[in-house]
Amino acid sequence: MSAETMTLFSPRLAARFDALVEKYPVRRSALIPMLLYAQDEVGYLSDAVIAEVAERIGITELDVRNVASYYSMLRFKPAGKFNIQVCTNISCMLRGAYEVYERFQQELGIGHKGVTLDGLFSLEEVECIGACCWGPAIQVNYDFVDEIKPELVPGIVDGYRGRAHEATEASDA
Amino acid sequence: MPRLVSHPDEVKIVTRRFGMGAANIDRYIELGGYESAKKCLEKGPDWIIDEMKASNLRGRGGAGFPAGLKWSFVPKQSAKPKYVLVNGDESEPGTCKDHLIFLHDPHAVIEGTIIAGLAIGAKTGFIYLRGEYRYLLKIMEKAVADAYEKGFLGKNIFGTGTEFQIVTQTGAGAYEVGEESALMESLEGKRGVPRIKPPFPAVVGLYGGPTVINNAETIATVPHVISMGAAAYAAVGSARNGGTRLFSVSGHVERPGVYELPMGYNLKKIIYDVAGGVRGGRKLKAVVPGGSSTPVLLPEEIENLGMDFDQVGKAGSMLGSAGVVVIDDQTCMVEFALRTISFYQHESCGWCIPCREGTDWLKKSLTRFHAGFGEAKDIDNIQYLAENILGRTFCPLGDAAAMPTIAFVKKFRKEFEDHLNGKPCPFAKHVELAVV
Repeated sequence: MSAETMTLFSPRLAARFDALVEKYPVRRSALIPMLLYAQDEVGYLSDAVIAEVAERIGITELDVRNVASYYSMLRFKPAGKFNIQVCTNISCMLRGAYEVYERFQQELGIGHKGVTLDGLFSLEEVECIGACCWGPAIQVNYDFVDEIKPELVPGIVDGYRGRAHEATEASDA
Repeated sequence: MPRLVSHPDEVKIVTRRFGMGAANIDRYIELGGYESAKKCLEKGPDWIIDEMKASNLRGRGGAGFPAGLKWSFVPKQSAKPKYVLVNGDESEPGTCKDHLIFLHDPHAVIEGTIIAGLAIGAKTGFIYLRGEYRYLLKIMEKAVADAYEKGFLGKNIFGTGTEFQIVTQTGAGAYEVGEESALMESLEGKRGVPRIKPPFPAVVGLYGGPTVINNAETIATVPHVISMGAAAYAAVGSARNGGTRLFSVSGHVERPGVYELPMGYNLKKIIYDVAGGVRGGRKLKAVVPGGSSTPVLLPEEIENLGMDFDQVGKAGSMLGSAGVVVIDDQTCMVEFALRTISFYQHESCGWCIPCREGTDWLKKSLTRFHAGFGEAKDIDNIQYLAENILGRTFCPLGDAAAMPTIAFVKKFRKEFEDHLNGKPCPFAKHVELAVV
């Protein structure tokens, strides 16, 4: 297929990609950012996304998969519209991250890497997100939410539920 | 937005512009920004490197290698282009200082990158941020675009005819990419596995060209070294440890936060004065001094401990990334060890067998042990496993997993023994830690 005729990317994403590859001495350096930006737009790295990125970079799909499987933020299945990532690493753990994580599990009725039936939320226990002094901390898509207590969890979930009809904000403006 | 903290003992050099709107380029200039870069353009590479050497600025990523010396290793003549690579993959658990630098003072990172480029004769700098820091990447991208607009970056920086370009890059979730050679692999669009050394990056680095890789804090410090003067900067710190350090103080303290203190500042004072003491008036059980890979210290070991690379090294641990994780007496150290090793098991890139298999076995052993199914011989076995990872891997991740584990077993053997014979964990809250 030709990328021009069968593109999955929005014109903005395609333009971004074209600008990105020019920035480096080698085209391939755009691979990891491109996978992440494509995921932001499409939701996950579907076979079609992988095929298109491979073609645009000029490497094999296998090569793309080999790289993508290394990075923990890249996923091969859809997540929820709001992907809740709870850090449970040491600094957050000491301040109650597991209690927060358990509360999210109860509130959403899903576990690690689960997605709610309505597709609105997914939940992930993640490694250190670099908010150690403000823990327990979570990320909802790319937003940091600091200093969480279990009792704040229902309000956080409701707040995002109220934004269910907004355009997906994961895509990067 | 992350909370900023303050304490009278702080010496604000790198954090001087925090909370002052310096992400705006005009504000940054108003606060004295980009003057150091101009000065360096006048003075030239040899002067810059001499200043950096005299400043005793040592690598803030964790290894503490003198920055000026590192820069001086880059060959003057090179057939391949040279590069500056700024490591903003900040992933060491307990460390969140670069987070604040990108947020509050992105132009300091840009200015430091320009100066590093001038010192080694590079025309391009890359600033790599971990993928989770998307909002910070946007701040950096805006700052870079503004610097281009002003003519501080581009083909003719500050109207001097010198070229310097900056490219920002996002990661996509990987601790290992914070290791310098894995970082280069990642920037080249590959899995972040380490390269064998030598050759060192100063000789063969990014795209095969000579490359200087510095932590974001190191780079953000550079303009201040130039503006203060190397001697004044060095005088702030302790012997052979110039300047200040951004200490990320987290865990069981009353006032967690990032504090900028002179190198050599006493660790006990960091916990009890600066961060307000152990939370709820509890007793201190242990402290991890420099991020999760550094061996844990006991209260009696920190009495007179000055926080610089040499003194913490002498005390049997490392200053590392200066992530001070404070642990109170209600904490199960077996669980803490398990959570620490679970992280390294998850983040091991799988390239070297001792690390890949070793961290996995350590996690399995510690999980079983903490759940109450351990045997006495497991305690020695855990230590033995860790000792056999140590020094046997391409990159320091293996050591980062092994060193703290050995210290946990040696210093808290009694707590391990308390988990034997089916006894429940004396602190148990989460007997089964979820698998990440």
